[in-house]
Amino acid sequence: MAEVTMPRLSDTMEEGTIASWLKKPGEQVNKGDVIAQIETDKATMDLTAFEAGTLQEILAPEGTTVPIGQPVARIGSGSAGSKSGSATAERSAPRPAVAPSPPAEASAPPAAEETGPNTEEARENVAEAAEPTESPSRQDQRPTTAEPPAQSAEAANGKVRASPMARHIAAEHGLDLSRISGSGPQGRVIRADVEAALSAPSAQPPQPAAAAPAPPAAGGDDERVALSQMRRTIARRMAESTRTVPHFFLTTTVDATEMASLRKQINEQMADDGIKITFNDMVVKGVALAIRKVPEVNVSFAEDSVLKHKRVHIGVAVATERGLIVPVVRDVDQKSIGQVARETRDLAERANSGRLQPPDYTGGTFTVSNLGMFGVEQFNAVINPPEAAILAVGAITREPTERDGQIVVRDHMKLTLSVDHRALDGAIGARYLQALKAILEKPMLLLV
Amino acid sequence: MGIVTYRQALHDTLLEEMRRDPAVVLMGEEIGVFEGSYKITAGLLKEFGPDRVIDTPIAEEGFVGAAIGAAMLGLRPVVEIMTVNFSLLALDQMVNHAAKIHYMFGGQSRVPMVLRTPEGGGQQLAATHSQNFSSWYAYIPGLKVVAPATPADARGLLKASIRDDDPVVFLENLALYNTKGEVAGLGDKNGSSADRQLPEDDVVPIGTAAVMKEGSDLTLVGYSRMSVVALEVARRLEKEQGLSIEVIDVRSLRPLDRRTLIESVKKTSRCVIIEEDWYSYGVGAELAATIQEGAFDYLDAPIKRVAQAEVPLPYAKVMEQAALPKAQNLVDTIKSALDASGYRARTTR
Repeated sequence: MAEVTMPRLSDTMEEGTIASWLKKPGEQVNKGDVIAQIETDKATMDLTAFEAGTLQEILAPEGTTVPIGQPVARIGSGSAGSKSGSATAERSAPRPAVAPSPPAEASAPPAAEETGPNTEEARENVAEAAEPTESPSRQDQRPTTAEPPAQSAEAANGKVRASPMARHIAAEHGLDLSRISGSGPQGRVIRADVEAALSAPSAQPPQPAAAAPAPPAAGGDDERVALSQMRRTIARRMAESTRTVPHFFLTTTVDATEMASLRKQINEQMADDGIKITFNDMVVKGVALAIRKVPEVNVSFAEDSVLKHKRVHIGVAVATERGLIVPVVRDVDQKSIGQVARETRDLAERANSGRLQPPDYTGGTFTVSNLGMFGVEQFNAVINPPEAAILAVGAITREPTERDGQIVVRDHMKLTLSVDHRALDGAIGARYLQALKAILEKPMLLLV
Repeated sequence: MGIVTYRQALHDTLLEEMRRDPAVVLMGEEIGVFEGSYKITAGLLKEFGPDRVIDTPIAEEGFVGAAIGAAMLGLRPVVEIMTVNFSLLALDQMVNHAAKIHYMFGGQSRVPMVLRTPEGGGQQLAATHSQNFSSWYAYIPGLKVVAPATPADARGLLKASIRDDDPVVFLENLALYNTKGEVAGLGDKNGSSADRQLPEDDVVPIGTAAVMKEGSDLTLVGYSRMSVVALEVARRLEKEQGLSIEVIDVRSLRPLDRRTLIESVKKTSRCVIIEEDWYSYGVGAELAATIQEGAFDYLDAPIKRVAQAEVPLPYAKVMEQAALPKAQNLVDTIKSALDASGYRARTTR
């Protein structure tokens, strides 16, 4: 009999809610079947069976929230409720390749620390014995559509065993550690493994085909509504940001007249090719080009150091019915504005349907938040940690302005940069805004 | 530049500082007529007389207390305690008085004294005469604690300690006294040239670690005698196996130069710490904690420590040697840290 546990589906996930069970107790389950939908802090995702058999027992009914690693169901070979020894024996036969810790290590006596010279090794054994040993049956419960790798670093509690360095590099590149096989002790994912995965062409996980169901209906008037995982994550991260990140705000006005005319030209010319550029796409592209001019803003504050990001991954805040999420367009500085537009639209559509995967919303280095389409003229955005800055984009308004001694009416757009003062000072923020303004006011630069 | 022993460097530095500043006085057991148990103070009674080289009774609490009082009133006493083991008798004076007076009395008086004392085992002096208490002193805010590994640092840090206005615990090591090294301005003629003026920049600032050797594969951290062992091992592994090991001599335990440690491990992603004190609650624990806090995201393997076996140090020679951390322990531990982070996988395998 195999236990199905709550999988870890994203870096920030600590618990998940069973949105629905697609199989009932007693039903036959094939390997690879989607047996439940799990609502995480970011998206609704499939829980896939890695054992064939009968769904014997549901341990976490719909609507319950369960920490990572906790069993949510049991799959056995017998009928529902069967707990016969034969079923257990049969299930245990096809053990996966990952072996549990050798007994010798697991049983290293704690007394070792009192004896012998230079006892690091004995100590390590004690330390490792104290960690939960791998349970082979749980090994199979990873939520992927692919076969599990021969050796997985995922420990019994659903956490991936990985060195901090490996985590750091994986997060930078939006890689899912649970899909990387570890070559370190006990399958620990180490730097060499992540680097190998990065250089392999198939490093990125395949996109699952299944769409998530519509989010649960919201509560009525004056009713207490339990927080969704997503709402909870937004609450936690935004509170953390305003509590720990000293924000300062810089606002500038961009003359968007030429942007508007360029956008009109592009969209007219390219209408047949289905290309449609929004103001937001132009701002996102401009933001990336301005980062190339003032790379100091493309950093993360890391307590005793500042991490300089070499690549420019722009998060685009998307308001969905379920809440705010920030999918990331990678290497925006390297892509044409048409490509940025296409990718942004695809990400936004998938965000709206809850189909984003962790690589889609991790690893951003700078965020753009746009409320212009709602007529908001100017606002201050909350920084999306660990990024050091976020740009708040306001609506385009027609304003009378002086130009060459004449009063003329021009399109204006207010941009407000929120900056993490721990990482950056006002002058750098100001230089960045200046560079951005220069690019957006001469928008041909976006096409170069 | 000449080659002198650690012992000679200490001797010459005391001599120079006493000539430079008449407020510098020495106190300790058998440091005058007998010229010190380890001959650090040889000849000083003859030159400076009994007012400045004071033989004390065997009463550590008493003469350390006297030194604190003298320091408060303007002298710069350098106290020698025969071994760190006996300094425990004066621990109350150091912890509750020397470390606190400047703070508790509103800054009215500083305590510019130095407590010099050797640590370490390996001399068959048995369990009560072979200990290391670095972490006990380094634990106390209000004290500064240094533990030089080389003759040059012994000189530079002793100068800094004598000139510092706060109490400094200056930890030597019995097994270092006969080690030799290059020291600017010493040893040029007839083994000693103490008459020569030392340039001011040969003072080693308290609170700075030394990168003894640069490297990129692993950071090896030690202090006092273990830094010497670390450097030997790093050089050997470089020659024999092509490993590039960075060696950091902490040399100042309080204040601790955390930045140098963290920056090094950010570069190498792997760290092994070697210390002669006991494993649990030793200096190495603080170093490991510092590194994981500051370089967490850069670690590719757990930080490893090599330390003395957690037993009272045996008298019998083979057992004593078995209990002390040695080069081979360090080599094995370095290998395990490299294995754990795939070093061999990327090179020889």
